[in-house]
Amino acid sequence: MSVDATMPRATAPAILPGSGGMRGALSDLFWRRPQLLLLLMLLPPVLWLGIVYIGSLFALLAQSFFSIDEFSGLINRELTLKTYGDLLQAANLDIILRTVTMAALVTLASAVVAFPIAYYAARYARGRWKALFYLGVMLPLWSSYLVKIYAWKLILAKEGILTWLFGKLYLQWLLDAWLSLPVVGGNSLSVSFTGTFIVFVYVWLPFMILPVQAALERVPGNLVEASSDLGASPGQTFRNVLFPLALPGIVAGSIFTFSLTLGDYIIPQIIGTSRLFIGQAVYSQQGTAGNIPLAAAFTVVPIVIMGFYLWGAKRMGAFDAL
Amino acid sequence: MTSAVSFKQVSRHFGSVRAVDAVDLDIAPGEFFAMLGPSGSGKTTCLRLIAGFEQPTAGSISIFGERAEGVPPYRRNVNTVFQDYALFPHLNVLDNVAYGLMVKGVGKAERHKAAEEALSLVRLPGYGARRPGQLSGGQRQRVALARALVNQPKVLLLDEPLGALDLKLRENMQEELKSLQKALGITFVFVTHDQGEALSMADRVAVFNDGRIMQIGTPEDIYQRPKTRFVADFVGSSNVLPPDFVQRYSGQHRWGSLRPESIRVGRATSGEGVAARLVSTNYLGATTRLALDADGLKLHAVVPAGTALPVEGEAVVLTFNREHLHLMDEPA
Amino acid sequence: MRSDRGQSAPLGLKIAAACGLLFLHLPILLIFVYAFTTEEKSFVWPPPGLTTQWFAVTWNRPDVWEALSLSVRVAAISTAIALVLGTLCAAAVSRTKFFGRETISLLVILPIALPGIITGIALRSAFALADIPFSFWTIVLGHATFCVVVVYNNAVARFRRTSGSMIEASMDLGADGFQTFRHIVLPNIATALLAGGMLAFALSFDEVIVTTFTAGQQQTVPIWMLEELIRPRQRPVTNVVAMVVVLVTLLPILFAYYLTRDGDQIAGSGK
Repeated sequence: MSVDATMPRATAPAILPGSGGMRGALSDLFWRRPQLLLLLMLLPPVLWLGIVYIGSLFALLAQSFFSIDEFSGLINRELTLKTYGDLLQAANLDIILRTVTMAALVTLASAVVAFPIAYYAARYARGRWKALFYLGVMLPLWSSYLVKIYAWKLILAKEGILTWLFGKLYLQWLLDAWLSLPVVGGNSLSVSFTGTFIVFVYVWLPFMILPVQAALERVPGNLVEASSDLGASPGQTFRNVLFPLALPGIVAGSIFTFSLTLGDYIIPQIIGTSRLFIGQAVYSQQGTAGNIPLAAAFTVVPIVIMGFYLWGAKRMGAFDAL
Repeated sequence: MTSAVSFKQVSRHFGSVRAVDAVDLDIAPGEFFAMLGPSGSGKTTCLRLIAGFEQPTAGSISIFGERAEGVPPYRRNVNTVFQDYALFPHLNVLDNVAYGLMVKGVGKAERHKAAEEALSLVRLPGYGARRPGQLSGGQRQRVALARALVNQPKVLLLDEPLGALDLKLRENMQEELKSLQKALGITFVFVTHDQGEALSMADRVAVFNDGRIMQIGTPEDIYQRPKTRFVADFVGSSNVLPPDFVQRYSGQHRWGSLRPESIRVGRATSGEGVAARLVSTNYLGATTRLALDADGLKLHAVVPAGTALPVEGEAVVLTFNREHLHLMDEPA
Repeated sequence: MRSDRGQSAPLGLKIAAACGLLFLHLPILLIFVYAFTTEEKSFVWPPPGLTTQWFAVTWNRPDVWEALSLSVRVAAISTAIALVLGTLCAAAVSRTKFFGRETISLLVILPIALPGIITGIALRSAFALADIPFSFWTIVLGHATFCVVVVYNNAVARFRRTSGSMIEASMDLGADGFQTFRHIVLPNIATALLAGGMLAFALSFDEVIVTTFTAGQQQTVPIWMLEELIRPRQRPVTNVVAMVVVLVTLLPILFAYYLTRDGDQIAGSGK
C-alpha cells in the first residue's frame, strides 16, 4: 500500500470551532438536548391529532349526554342519560341488531372468499406472479369506493348484467325465487339485503386478504409437508395446521370488515332496503332530524363493540398479523 | 507530551448498567492502540465516547489536549470506520469518500481529486463511479477507510474493522492497516474481540471486562504477564493455576498462569513432574493441542505437530520451567 | 412458506383464487364499458350501442369541473399537511425510544381504525360546538387527519430500513444535524415520502364519508357522485366521471407501488 505524498499530515486542531450562526447554534443545541428535538418533532402532529381528532371525539361523546327538547327541537346542554334511554327503544335496538348481524355475515363471507386467494398468493405465487397478486388485491382496495358501489348498482339493477346473465343461463326462475324470499329478497337485487351483503363483501374483501396472506406467509412450508408426511389428509391438514395458523390473520382482517360494516352508511343507502343500519341512523339523526345527541349516542355503539372486539383480538395475538 | 486521547475517570452509565466505569486511559500520538474484550465489556462504548456519539456521565475526555465533552461528533477532528461500514447507499463511491469534504464546503473538483487519491491509497483507484451495493465486503471496508482518511483526522477509530471479512482477507487487511498507519502517522484506535488481531497489530492493548480496563500494555506484556485471571484466560487461553498449586512451585500463595506451549508432556515413567491424564488431543496443523487432567485441575498444552504422543486416557507427567510460571497480581 | 417452489397448486384452489380475483376486478372493468353506452335512462345490459359523445358532454359540464377542482385542491393541501405531520411523527417514533411511543402510534392510526362516520360526526359536532362554519378548510382539517397515517406508515417502514449508523457516519464526517438531514436522511426517505404522498392524495381524492360531514354545501367529486347515485340527473355523465375517477386514483397507486416495491411491505396498509 503506497502513501501518496500529496496527502499532507493533519495539522488541524482536534476540536473544530462551531460553524457559527443560527444553524450551527441550533444544530449544537439539538445535539446536546435530543429530547428538545424530539419534543419539537412530536409537537405538531400530537397537537393536530390531539386537538382536531381527540378533541372532536370528546365533543361527540359529550353531546351524547345532552338531550333534545322534543317540542322546540333545540339541544338542551344539561348532562343526562335520557338519550341513551332513547337508544334502547325497540326500533333503535332493531337497527343495532340488524347492523351487527350484517357485519358478522359479511366478515364470515369475506374470510371464506379471501382464504383461497391469500393461500395461493402466500404459498404458490412466485416472482412476477406474486407482484401481480399483490397488485391484484391492492388496486381494488384503493379504487374509488363510490365507483365500486356504482359498479354494483349497474350489476344488480333490474335490467343489469346479472339479470341478463341469469336469463341467458335459463336460471331466471332461480333469481325470482330468491327475490321472493322474505328478508333477503326484494323487488330487485339492488334493493334487497342480498345486494347490500354482496357489495359489503366486495368492498371490504381486500382488507381481509392482506392480513390473512401475511399470516400465511409466516407458516413454514415444511409444516404443511410434515403434516401430509404424517398421513394427514388435505382436510385434516387444513383443520389442524393451516387454519389455526391463519386464524390471527383472519381475526386481524375481521377487525376491518367488522368495523367498516358497522360504520358504513353509504352502501345500504344506495344498495338496499329502506330499513336502516347504524350508520344511516347516525346520518339521519344528525342531519334531517337534527338530533345530534341521539346520533352521538348511536356512534358510541360501534365504538363499544369494536372496543370489545379489539380486546378479544389482542388476546388472540391478531395484532402481530396486521 | 500531550496524549492523543486521554480519559480521566470516565464513566458511561445507562440507567443501572455501567457500560464504562471509571476508566483512565492515555493513548499516545501516532500509536496503534487496540481495545480488546468480550462483547458488552465497554470497549465499543469507549470508542463511541471518543467519536462523540456518547457523552460521559462522569469524568473528562480530551483529544490532543482539548476537552471533548459536550462537543458534537461533527466538530471533532476524529473519524470512524464503522463495523457495518455505514456507506451511504444513495451516493456513489467517489461521493461517499468526498462526503466529509463536501459538508465542509470544499469545491467539487478539489474534493473529487482528494477522494480519488484516498481511493488509490486503499488500492481502489477507478472505483469511484460504482455504488456501494456493487462492491464486495472487502472493497466496502476499503471505501469506508478512504472516506475516513480523506478528512485527515487526528485520530482514526475502527470498530471491529475486520469482523465481517473472511480469514484470508482479514490477514491481508491486518498487514495493510498496519503499514498504512505507519506511513500516515495517524493515531489508530481499534476495537476488537479477537485477541490474535489485537496482539498482532497493536502497539499497545487495553483489555476490557465489565466496563473496566483490566490491563494496558504491549502485546508481549499482556500475553506473557497477565495481571488477572480474566486477562490470562481471555488473551490466548492461558492455563490459570490456583494459589495452592502455585505455592508448590514458587512458594507464593498467588494465582498464576502458564502458557500452554510452556508445558512439556512426558510418559508417566519419566520421573518428576505433575501427574496427569491425557483427556484428548486436538490436531491443529502446525501444533497439536492436548487437554489434560491433573488431579481435577484442567490444563491445556500445545506441542509441535509430529511430536510422539501418548494415547488418550494414558497417564502422563507434565514439566515446565519455573520461570515460565507467571504470578498474577490478583489476590488469592 | 418458502419450500414448495415448483410444486403446483391443486386445481380447486386455482379456480377459487381465480374466481376471487375476477370477483374483485370485473365490476371495475364494467365501468369502462358503461362509459361508452348509448343508453341514457337505465343500466340496461348489454349496452344497445357504443358512443364517445358523453365524454364531450361531461367535458362541458361546469359542475363536474368545479367538483374536480375542489377535490384536487383539498387533496393537495391535505397531502402537504399529512406529509409534514406524518414524517415528523415517524422520525420521532423510529429514531428514539421514549415513553408513550405506543400511544403516539395509536393516535396516528385511530382516525383510520375507527369507522369513518365516527370521525365525520365527531368533527361535525366539534365544528358545531365551536361555531366554526363549513369551508374549504373544514374539509382539509378532516382529510389531513386521516391522511397522516399513510405517510406515517410509509415513512416508518423506510426509517426502519435506514441503518442508524448512517446518520452517525454523516455526523462523524463533519455534517451537522441540518446537513445530515439534507444530504443523508432526505434522499433516503424521499421515495417513501413520495409514495406516502401519492397514497394520501388518492385517499383524500376518494374520501366521501367524512367529507359529507365537513363539506356543508360544497361538492367534491365523491360528493358529486354520491348525489348522482341518490338523485340521478344524467346517468351517462356519471358513467364517464366514474371511469375518470378510476383512472385518476389508479395511477398514483401504481406509481407508489413502483417506488416502494423493493423492501417496504404493503405501501397501502392502513387504508
